[in-house]
Amino acid sequence: MRRAFAILASNPLSLLGLILIGIILICAIFADFIAPFPEHRGAVVDFANFNQAPKWPHLMGTDLVGRDLFSRVIYAYRISLILGVVVLGIAVPVGVTVGLIAGYFGRYTEFALMRVTDVFLSIPPLVLAMSIMGVLEPTLINGMLAVTAMWWPWYARLVYNMTRGEKEEGYVLAAELIGASRLHVMFREVLPNCFPSIVTKMTLDLGFIILIASSLSFLGLGVQPPTPDLGSMVADGAKYLPDSWWLTIFPSLAILIAVFGFNLIGDALRELFGADQ
Amino acid sequence: MTPTILIFVRRVGISCIVLLGVSMLIFAIARVIPGDPARIALGPSATAEQVAKLRAELRLDEPITTQYGHFLSELAQGDLGISLYTNRPVVVDIAQFLPATLELIFVAGAMMIVIGLPLGIASARWRGTWIDNAIRMIALLGVSAPSFVWAVILMLLFAYFLPLFPIAGRISDTFAIEQVTGFLFLDTLIAGNLAAFGNAAWHVILPAFALALSGIGQTARLTRANMVETYDKPYVEMARSYGVPDRRIANRYAFKPSLIPSLTIIGLDFAAMLGNAFLVEAVFAWPGLSRYGVSVILRKDLDAIVGTVLIISATFLIMNLIVDVLVTIINPRIRYSRTAS
Repeated sequence: MRRAFAILASNPLSLLGLILIGIILICAIFADFIAPFPEHRGAVVDFANFNQAPKWPHLMGTDLVGRDLFSRVIYAYRISLILGVVVLGIAVPVGVTVGLIAGYFGRYTEFALMRVTDVFLSIPPLVLAMSIMGVLEPTLINGMLAVTAMWWPWYARLVYNMTRGEKEEGYVLAAELIGASRLHVMFREVLPNCFPSIVTKMTLDLGFIILIASSLSFLGLGVQPPTPDLGSMVADGAKYLPDSWWLTIFPSLAILIAVFGFNLIGDALRELFGADQ
Repeated sequence: MTPTILIFVRRVGISCIVLLGVSMLIFAIARVIPGDPARIALGPSATAEQVAKLRAELRLDEPITTQYGHFLSELAQGDLGISLYTNRPVVVDIAQFLPATLELIFVAGAMMIVIGLPLGIASARWRGTWIDNAIRMIALLGVSAPSFVWAVILMLLFAYFLPLFPIAGRISDTFAIEQVTGFLFLDTLIAGNLAAFGNAAWHVILPAFALALSGIGQTARLTRANMVETYDKPYVEMARSYGVPDRRIANRYAFKPSLIPSLTIIGLDFAAMLGNAFLVEAVFAWPGLSRYGVSVILRKDLDAIVGTVLIISATFLIMNLIVDVLVTIINPRIRYSRTAS
């Protein structure tokens, strides 16, 4: 772990990624202390300062009801990250278990499980999440549900492919010969060998979940106002282009920077582990 | 039958099973709606009898399995039901909006191939140099933002600050083109109106590029990764020691084996565009399936939601099928190993 960190820090690109993500994490965790106007994350109205271009003390300007954009971006980061962690927290165990079972048992189990996975994968990701969100009420919890529903199949497929390869390896045959249970072989023998790929994918996915969640709220199918969200901030601001450009550009850049940071780290991890995807 | 046809038939079969699964999944999702779709369609002023009548018409009171059975038998006749939002058959609605979306996707897909592949090849050929670093950076930026972010940024830069491209729409209002296929590129050509064709092309560039950017990035990244791997193979070293020029090594020896994985990712990206097109269409007021899709979702218009998702998924599966067949034709190893097993 420490060695991995040292290698990441020695490469300028992944170091940049670590710095970007570090700053975003600190902002999200300590939002209450860092945001200049913490109360602006909610439904606050300050018509004295509405729709102002960036200038001190409003680093990114203010929105149409006078809220500080910088504060709202910081709180939006917090919500996006919570969403990402929760989605991965559910999607990864589910997907990994399905993939392990399908890959290890083979035959009919494999056919049934992988066809179900195919069904989920053959609806374009955003469209699946959209239809789930459309049916449920658009809240943060339902947003997590919708994104989770589209995310687990990717882990199922990744682990399934790896398990099929590992199953033939000597150490698995040895464990089976000395009478280890199937559960033991799957979770204690095969799974640890899939960890590097899973961790790499999770890092990349944190960025992509932010991307997808913001896409949903951009369409009005995600987190609802007054909760700050990067996607809905862009959608609201886009109506006032080009005059109030800051309303769109800063939330857009905020998405770009976060996803870019996670991608830089994920790329470096991929090279480090030599994981092939 | 030749092996390629056999594989094709098998793939079509699997795709049909998957599509049936999709219809079940999306049908189930659409049926767990909390509100009453009949009530939403008729509005709060409708009487209880009116709501009950519409519920009966929509078969909402029957068990879900019976509803699904009716849905399948109607689907077999090419009927996807009536949209409560437009009061027209869903099939007619989709036929009206789908061509605009497909046109956008095809142009974006072409950009992805024409820009993404050469970037990947250049990056691998000059790997480790500043060219490589610059391309890798651009490619990574491309995949690091949702397409609506690129749409907004491109629009601000190239439609507002530098007014090079139009801000919205498919074609200027001054052109009246008769709808034949719904594809403007074809319709303008059928009408023989080259100025209108040019105008339509001019309108599509910015939205298509916004849509293509993440695909360009992914294609370039994957092509580079595969080519770098191929460069380490002994036969490339041998070609080099024979004095084969760099350019030829890059284009033939290193690129060709990398084409197959690149093609697969291009197919996947093509399909992902079907979803991302929603975002770009919203920014550029592109009259495609997106506005229809989002409004039927917001109005809980059951038949229209199911129909739209089903058509999109079918398009997605067809695209994947085409890619699969292309890969099989290009790669003899797959062709023979699959028939042998």
